[in-house]
Amino acid sequence: MFLGSLVYGFINSALLALIAVGFNLTFGISGVANFAYGAIYIFSGFLTWIFLHSLGLNYLLCIAASVFAAALVGMAMYYTIILRVKGMPLSEVMATFGLGLAIMELFRYFDFVGFRYTLPVFLDGSFPIGEVWVDYQRIFIALIAVALTGFLYFFTHHTKMGLAFRAIAQDERTALTFGIESDRIGAFSMAFGSALAAVAAIVILPLGTIAVEGGYEVLINALAVCIVGGLGSTVGVLVASVLIGYAQTFTANYLEPHWMMLVSLAAIAIILAVKPSGLFGKQKELEERI
Amino acid sequence: MGRNRIEKTSILLAVSGLSKSFGGVRAVSGVTFELRQGELLGIIGPNGSGKTTLVNLITGFLKPGTGRVNYRGRDITRLAPYKIVGLGIARTFQMVRPFYQLPAYKNLVVPLYSPRVKAMAGGKYGERDSVALDLLEEVGFERDSYVSYKVASSLPQGYLKRLELAKSMALRPDLLILDELFSGLSLAEVASIVPIIEKLRFQGKTIVMIEHRLKELFRIADRIMVLNYGEKIAEGPSDEVMESEPVKKAYLGSET
Amino acid sequence: MPKRKERVDRGIKARSEDIFALSSPREMLYLLLPRAIPVIGLLGLGPFLTPYWQEIFISTAVYALLALSWDMLVSVGLLSLGQSLFYGIGSYVAGSLNHYFGISVLFTIPLATILGGLLSTIVLLPVSRLRGIYFAMVTLVLPLMFSRLVEATRILGGTEGLTGLSPFPNKWVAYYLIQVVLLAVLFGFRRIMASDYGLVIRAINDNDRSVMSAGINIHWHKAQVLFLAAAVGSFAGAFGTHYDMFAGMPGFALDYSIMPIAAAVVGGTGSFAGPLVGAFILVPLSEILRALGALRIVFYGLFLVVFVVALPEGIFHYMQRKYHQFERWVEIE
Repeated sequence: MFLGSLVYGFINSALLALIAVGFNLTFGISGVANFAYGAIYIFSGFLTWIFLHSLGLNYLLCIAASVFAAALVGMAMYYTIILRVKGMPLSEVMATFGLGLAIMELFRYFDFVGFRYTLPVFLDGSFPIGEVWVDYQRIFIALIAVALTGFLYFFTHHTKMGLAFRAIAQDERTALTFGIESDRIGAFSMAFGSALAAVAAIVILPLGTIAVEGGYEVLINALAVCIVGGLGSTVGVLVASVLIGYAQTFTANYLEPHWMMLVSLAAIAIILAVKPSGLFGKQKELEERI
Repeated sequence: MGRNRIEKTSILLAVSGLSKSFGGVRAVSGVTFELRQGELLGIIGPNGSGKTTLVNLITGFLKPGTGRVNYRGRDITRLAPYKIVGLGIARTFQMVRPFYQLPAYKNLVVPLYSPRVKAMAGGKYGERDSVALDLLEEVGFERDSYVSYKVASSLPQGYLKRLELAKSMALRPDLLILDELFSGLSLAEVASIVPIIEKLRFQGKTIVMIEHRLKELFRIADRIMVLNYGEKIAEGPSDEVMESEPVKKAYLGSET
Repeated sequence: MPKRKERVDRGIKARSEDIFALSSPREMLYLLLPRAIPVIGLLGLGPFLTPYWQEIFISTAVYALLALSWDMLVSVGLLSLGQSLFYGIGSYVAGSLNHYFGISVLFTIPLATILGGLLSTIVLLPVSRLRGIYFAMVTLVLPLMFSRLVEATRILGGTEGLTGLSPFPNKWVAYYLIQVVLLAVLFGFRRIMASDYGLVIRAINDNDRSVMSAGINIHWHKAQVLFLAAAVGSFAGAFGTHYDMFAGMPGFALDYSIMPIAAAVVGGTGSFAGPLVGAFILVPLSEILRALGALRIVFYGLFLVVFVVALPEGIFHYMQRKYHQFERWVEIE
């Protein structure tokens, strides 16, 4: 049981990290709030399904197309919405939130509800780790999560574009004087974040069905992880994912499954009481904003 | 100004060993000085020498790494900014940022609403407006013009600086810290503000001025303190200080 | 000769400034009319409404209260994406007091208003000190989590909720209670924001560092505003509980979070009258479109986006401007 908890805990953490990392990238690193994140997640899932079942395309092609489509949506969102309300973070939040809502509920309206909306797993079967059998899909989740976070760390610290992302979050004007086109970079960051949402969707959704509720779940989980870990910090997202992921798994295995939600809530409550800006949060409290 | 008279008065502010680092940068390093009641202390130093950081540390906007700040014998090091204001210390900001949408006199309603002023002045309903207008007149907003009623976003820098000064005066402080009040002002504007500061001194207030405009500062300051790279490198009357080696090196660069 | 458009205050506006308003009935009417409309509309129309429309007006009033609460928070710089938090807490407190302690409607509602306000304030206090985004995130997350918490732990009636709660003595009490409270909150909030206190609140939103350096404890003031807004939201929840005779997970539904924001954005944020107008447009509209089901929320979402981006000032500001000013073409000198 213990080994099982360890293994599944790791996978749970990987899942949370995968979900949170795209959101963290866009807001935390580039300062652009994207509350349509959950909507894009679900949108990618449904789009892949549509490509697969209605157009009969090769699975890999569908995936590529969806990720690309998600990136396009992110970019379009930036140019049509964010650009017009830039600088007013509250308006950014409201506008993206409204859009996300509209997208998700639109799917519900067009009856994309039911058990037939699923995505196939990449590989059937499972793999034993010690005496614990883990299905291949979950292993993929873990691998991709690790690879993605590694890549992101490298990207934001060692590539020109990644550093540009961070620059416009820290000080847009200075970034402009360095020749960094903040609009283009902002759009890319949003596109990138959306693409990450799509990747997460494609890897995670095969575990269950594609449901509109999932979109809300993803937004909540991403927010929870970012609140606990600290918005803007990739390390924070990782640590928070591990903490919450393991806490959830152990609670599910040793106590009862329906206490899992309590774990996330408790984590948020503790963080708010002790260090409101998150474990690795860089948000200084208001007094220090001089 | 009779220096003897000042030495007999009490110590208002005592800063000892104040330090603050941001990451690897030591913004303020072991600064120690005392301020007596009724003095006008000028703090000067090259850009980035930690002057504004020092003010932020004293007024509670930053928590120091080490060191203490004592005001009237009471340790105020870790107090919140609004409490420090309540004790009688007011400051201006280097980058003036008024409430742009409000008329100039309405800007003063905020400090007049603070507990300290309420306790001292009664502050009955409707009185704040007239107190604000009087205050603005004191800092040079001409009474006959409508400049006090103009919205803050339409005022030029000279008036905005005066508004900032009025904001701090509205708090009826005993210690006034002015962070680069003269910056961005013409000689004439500076000349018109100096009498206001002299008047504050006459009323017994203690003043600290951070400035780059040395000539104007030296004319009114009792003492000068020089900071460089976060450290105090000189303290004393202006002529002594400007002749000292470390200060010359700091401003002019070293010559071998 | 090229011309430009100029906006000028109407003559009657200038004539009704200050004490001159008392000079003639016309000026007084000019000032009273906008204020009389909601009062007459809500209170006076009551007896003439069919039961169907009465229900709509009550439902609208509930959402309007949440929208007013939202507007108050936005005035101090706090963006709430979870008004349903206040509604749900107020609803459960009232429901619990009634269900477990048998307290009558007369007392549950005021108690739930105060207690709900306190509870919500305590929960949100730590995050109100941080940047707006954090507050938005937490308010979005909390009601959804509380809802799942109730579902998982099965406390407070679990998924079925608390049923069979005491109703109002009769429908007139319910109708007039909420309309009177709505009007009181509307005029009360406007009064508060027009005072010096309101100025300080808006200053905190504008430049909190400046307010802090003016010797004012901004966190205490934010807490006060938070409590006010939370109490109003909790009242709405408590009212809803006794109107539906039910308190449960739906109290934390997304609907209660999104509708008020859409109403405020459409009507015009910051004016309190705007959210009222917005609510009275959106709720009946969505009621008429009820046949379209989930499309309702798509609707709110799209309204939100369009208005935030294209018409941020909202309908009320537009109407207000038209009422007070007129436009004319003027030759450029």
